[in-house]
Amino acid sequence: MSERFRTGAGRELAIQALFLIGPLLAVLILGGLILLALGANPFSYYAFVVERGMLRPSGLEATLTRMGPLLLIASGLIIAFRAGVWNLGGDGQFLLAAVMAAALAPLLHQAGWPVWLLLMAGLLTGAITGAAWAVLPALLRARQGLNEIITTLMMSFLGVSLANLLVKLAFLDPTTTTPQTRTLPVEARLPRLFDTTISSGLLIGLVVVILVHLMMTRTAFGLRLRVVGANPRAALHAGLAVPALTIAVFALSAGLVGLAGAVDVLGIQGNIRADWNPAYSLSVVPLVFLARLNGYGTIVYVFLFSALSIGAESAARRLGVPGYFSLVIVALMLITFALSDHFQKRRQRLSQI
Amino acid sequence: MLSETFLITLFLGAVMAGMPLLLAGLGEQLSERAGVLNIGLEGMMLAGAWAGFVAAWASGSAGLGFLAGAGAGLVVAAFMALFCVIMALNQIVVGIALVLAVQGLTALLHFVQFSQSYPRLDGMQAWAVPGLSQIPLLGPMLFSHNPVVWLGLALTAAMAFLYRQTNLGIALQAAGDRPAALDALGGNVTRLRVLTVLTTGALAGLGGAFMSVAVAGVFVPFMSHGNGFIAIVLAMLARGRPLWVLGGAFLFGASLSMTTALQVVGVNVPVDVIQMLPFAMVMLVLVLAGRKANLPAALGESFERGAR
Repeated sequence: MSERFRTGAGRELAIQALFLIGPLLAVLILGGLILLALGANPFSYYAFVVERGMLRPSGLEATLTRMGPLLLIASGLIIAFRAGVWNLGGDGQFLLAAVMAAALAPLLHQAGWPVWLLLMAGLLTGAITGAAWAVLPALLRARQGLNEIITTLMMSFLGVSLANLLVKLAFLDPTTTTPQTRTLPVEARLPRLFDTTISSGLLIGLVVVILVHLMMTRTAFGLRLRVVGANPRAALHAGLAVPALTIAVFALSAGLVGLAGAVDVLGIQGNIRADWNPAYSLSVVPLVFLARLNGYGTIVYVFLFSALSIGAESAARRLGVPGYFSLVIVALMLITFALSDHFQKRRQRLSQI
Repeated sequence: MLSETFLITLFLGAVMAGMPLLLAGLGEQLSERAGVLNIGLEGMMLAGAWAGFVAAWASGSAGLGFLAGAGAGLVVAAFMALFCVIMALNQIVVGIALVLAVQGLTALLHFVQFSQSYPRLDGMQAWAVPGLSQIPLLGPMLFSHNPVVWLGLALTAAMAFLYRQTNLGIALQAAGDRPAALDALGGNVTRLRVLTVLTTGALAGLGGAFMSVAVAGVFVPFMSHGNGFIAIVLAMLARGRPLWVLGGAFLFGASLSMTTALQVVGVNVPVDVIQMLPFAMVMLVLVLAGRKANLPAALGESFERGAR
């Protein structure tokens, strides 16, 4: 009996491992087929991406630096998704916040503000701008029950265009002919960590994503939000102030996405060029789902994606495969992991019968 | 400013820019009615735009381009149907994944094929109604259009008839509002939803192909630029009424084509302002009429026989 149990457990473990590794393998194979179709060697491409994104010190530093804003976006999305709010307007919130922070910080620097105060002001501006851009969808959802998927997407397109307009018309740097905002000098940016080029934005991102995870899983406030997300009607019966909580979720979520924009500008970019839009938010959405809205899992996926995007960017220059390839990889991951989830659940259900 | 040229340019521009919205919106209305929220619509349009352009460019025939566009939309929709309707995965997650996948793939393919050459398609011939199209002002506005425009108008009428007058229309509504009831009556919810999603894909793909083949004459990566999402709003606001989709598509088309019309009469407005117009209008409409946008009860929920 014990013998049979042990082999059964071993088999179970192997199946679990298959559910985890299988999707990843499928993504690599499908991605490899696409690379072949594009005329690139899949093995050398993947090796190049790993080498540039994770192994080479300068690449690893770039990867870790990019994680800062991405983790903040992910934190904002975790709050929203756990509370049943589909904030898909991250791109607009991010870019507008980045532009406002980029406009403000160099002016404060010229006015002689101390760097720490200037950075605080810049970060706060970003968070407030992001949150402000979610007010309309929040009110429409809380008061009229209007689906926020559509309203946040619409506000996102609006926000991206408005941000471009602000860069070109209002915040143009008069000292250069390139259409961009004034540049924040390197000494006034977020400090780098130790002797590396890694921006301390990474630390902000890590701290925030862990705090958000603890808030959602360990506090009464987090529990309330999760109840609203799981079943709004039950939450209403339980006496929760659902509209107020919904608005708080929008504000927190978009505020964190805005903070990500500010961290990107104050730590990495230094200024914003016209028509710049990294469109991070829609590619972070899948990562947060893959991690099942878990903060620690999100850190892992954000690291992998960050390395992929840094590696893919240098592959675009060296191997001639455009960076769009990372979009395809993320989409493939989302689909294969969703499929693996589906089959896992079906298997569990069958074994219960 | 309100000269004859301006009016004709604005009107024709509104028809051209509104047509992709009309086709995709009618499709989305159909699948929403049957209970599937098709966030992947943007991806279906983009796939149609790419395939339509490539086919029209390779064959030299716009008609083949439209067919290929509808086919590409159908292929993307087949994934949506497989994952969301048959396997009951989350419709929003899969929708986002499909949008990202199509954005990435079409941009890659476009890069491989056309990064050295930038081919353009020739303008298309309009189908003019003999006689009537000769009337000044109204003639060119109302009676001389691309064949697909006539198809879109016919489709609007056909959809209205389908929803109001046929058993199939009622079955669709049941699939969206109370799928279990339809199932109990012996209807096949899954088959009905798969068919509507595939039809939606073909229509959205045709709309995308119209953008690249008939309107722009080129394919640009990410060229659907939110049109799929606007079409979803149209379908939401129009509820079950195809004529409202038509009206809304024309209205949003007008705001999209304002740039060209203004440039024709010599007024220059920054591109970014113009790009904001349709989205600002959507938000305005939602603020004013959002309360009325009611959706099928089981929208976005997958139906599994015997579950619960």
